Amino acid sequence: MSQKQEEENPAEETGEEKQDTQEKEGILPERAEEAKLKAKYPSLGQKPGGSDFLMKRLQKGQKYFDSGDYNMAKAKMKNKQLPSAGPDKSLVTGDHIPTPQDLPQRKSSLVTSKLAGGQVE
Amino acid sequence: QSGAFGGGCMSGGGNDIQWCFSQVKGAVDDDVAEADIISTVEFNHSGELLATGDKGGRVVIFQQEQENKIQSHSRGEYNVYSTFQSHEPEFDYLKSLEIEEKINKIRWLPQKNAAQFLLSTNDKTIKLWKISERDKRPEGYNLKEEDGRYRDPTTVTTLRVPVFRPMDLMVEASPRRIFANAHTYHINSISINSDYETYLSADDLRINLWHLEITDRSFNIVDIKPANMEELTEVITAAEFHPNSCNTFVYSSSKGTIRLCDMRASALCDRHSKLFEEPEDPSNRSFFSEIISSISDVKFSHSGRYMMTRDYLSVKIWDLNMENRPVETYQVHEYLRSKLCSLYENDCIFDKFECCWNGSDSVVMTGSYNNFFRMFDRNTKRDITLEASRENNKPRTVLKPRKVCASGKRKKDEISVDSLDFNKKILHTAWHPKENIIAVATTNNLYIFQDKVN
Repeated sequence: MSQKQEEENPAEETGEEKQDTQEKEGILPERAEEAKLKAKYPSLGQKPGGSDFLMKRLQKGQKYFDSGDYNMAKAKMKNKQLPSAGPDKSLVTGDHIPTPQDLPQRKSSLVTSKLAGGQVE
Repeated sequence: QSGAFGGGCMSGGGNDIQWCFSQVKGAVDDDVAEADIISTVEFNHSGELLATGDKGGRVVIFQQEQENKIQSHSRGEYNVYSTFQSHEPEFDYLKSLEIEEKINKIRWLPQKNAAQFLLSTNDKTIKLWKISERDKRPEGYNLKEEDGRYRDPTTVTTLRVPVFRPMDLMVEASPRRIFANAHTYHINSISINSDYETYLSADDLRINLWHLEITDRSFNIVDIKPANMEELTEVITAAEFHPNSCNTFVYSSSKGTIRLCDMRASALCDRHSKLFEEPEDPSNRSFFSEIISSISDVKFSHSGRYMMTRDYLSVKIWDLNMENRPVETYQVHEYLRSKLCSLYENDCIFDKFECCWNGSDSVVMTGSYNNFFRMFDRNTKRDITLEASRENNKPRTVLKPRKVCASGKRKKDEISVDSLDFNKKILHTAWHPKENIIAVATTNNLYIFQDKVN
């Protein structure tokens, strides 16, 4: 019977379809969010929980130094001051030359935690 | 919508619990130094001591005051007992790897003598710390002055017996064991066995078994590293020993599964004894499904009969006798389901929330955003949302329940989802093992709440 109705009233049919989509989005807000994300980043891979995420997680803390890049950049900067790390310390390639100031400093004195009422530095 | 109960009362053993502010520790200023970010909170077995670890590698231990009989309207306050630098930043030159000093977990050993012991771990190294009290010192040496300088023996004309004299209490922390070089990946969990002799440490792909006395050897008991790293599909997210069965432990994964292993079955527990997994309707699957199903914490109940898991949006209680689905599921902040896109963009979707049981296993607690935290009463099925904020600073002020409005018309006193501060996360909470005292960590402050004592 519903089929007959659809044939007779094509305008109403689109209305019903629209309602269906809205219901679906209501049932699955995740899908709507997924659509939003894919619209922003169309190149996002199909395997979200797969290797890319996990490899990034496993490689946390990795810092790379290439002596060839270092020497080439140094040669370029003969007359200029060596650039320092800047805020983004996670990328260490040719342009950024790690300096002794950039390397993690060993704490020279004990700074007490503020939870224990320590002084503000 | 999360069903926050408006009345603010929850039944616990027949009595209504009303939570009150007790104390807050830490700096008031909004400018948070990275080192001050609290990364773990843990009560010891008696509840007398409360330890915190932070991103700067420091441990602070608070001790509960003895109850003041005159002021019986509140339990003892927690005051600083000891603080020390547990871990320091390191650089592994061989692997070009920066090793953070952040304390990932602290676990207390049960007390065997006058001293207290705890295990603290960063990404790579576990340390056993001894915390001991010194309240007397020897005085009256013959060959030494009181300040330690040696006396000229020719000036000594009489002999005396050195005696112990009382001194101001000094609490000393010293590292007794260092368990290093056993983890290629980042340690996420440590758990002390009920035999009190061994403990496990888990990283993303492996779990090791240690003896507390032996630092140069550990046994690998779980290894999920694939032969070809391209085939990697899941990592270990948390692990814990069973509270009573010394041969049993569980580990959770980034795919939302929990495996229970029995060390009696084989030396390498790659084959689980039980696999806990809730079946998913494939038609509900989305890009976010796996990410939000990743388990960020797993905790056995004190009884050992149940375990609780925390994934991004919910808390689940599993009966160890039933593998195919949890027996209880509690929604922490379901309203976030329609915000997953932005939560993915700002990385909040990867936040690792912990969860905890109360002493009688009747109530569970976990954190959320906007400095909110949630409690679920398993018996009454009622839940409550509370806020850790300095605005409710007066001791014995009963906390007002909060409610988040997911959509539509916002009622007075409700907060809309879009107004939530996602930088204010409560990832770490702890419940006193015996009493209704809870410790809740915001980014850099530690709040202590107690139930109202009449």
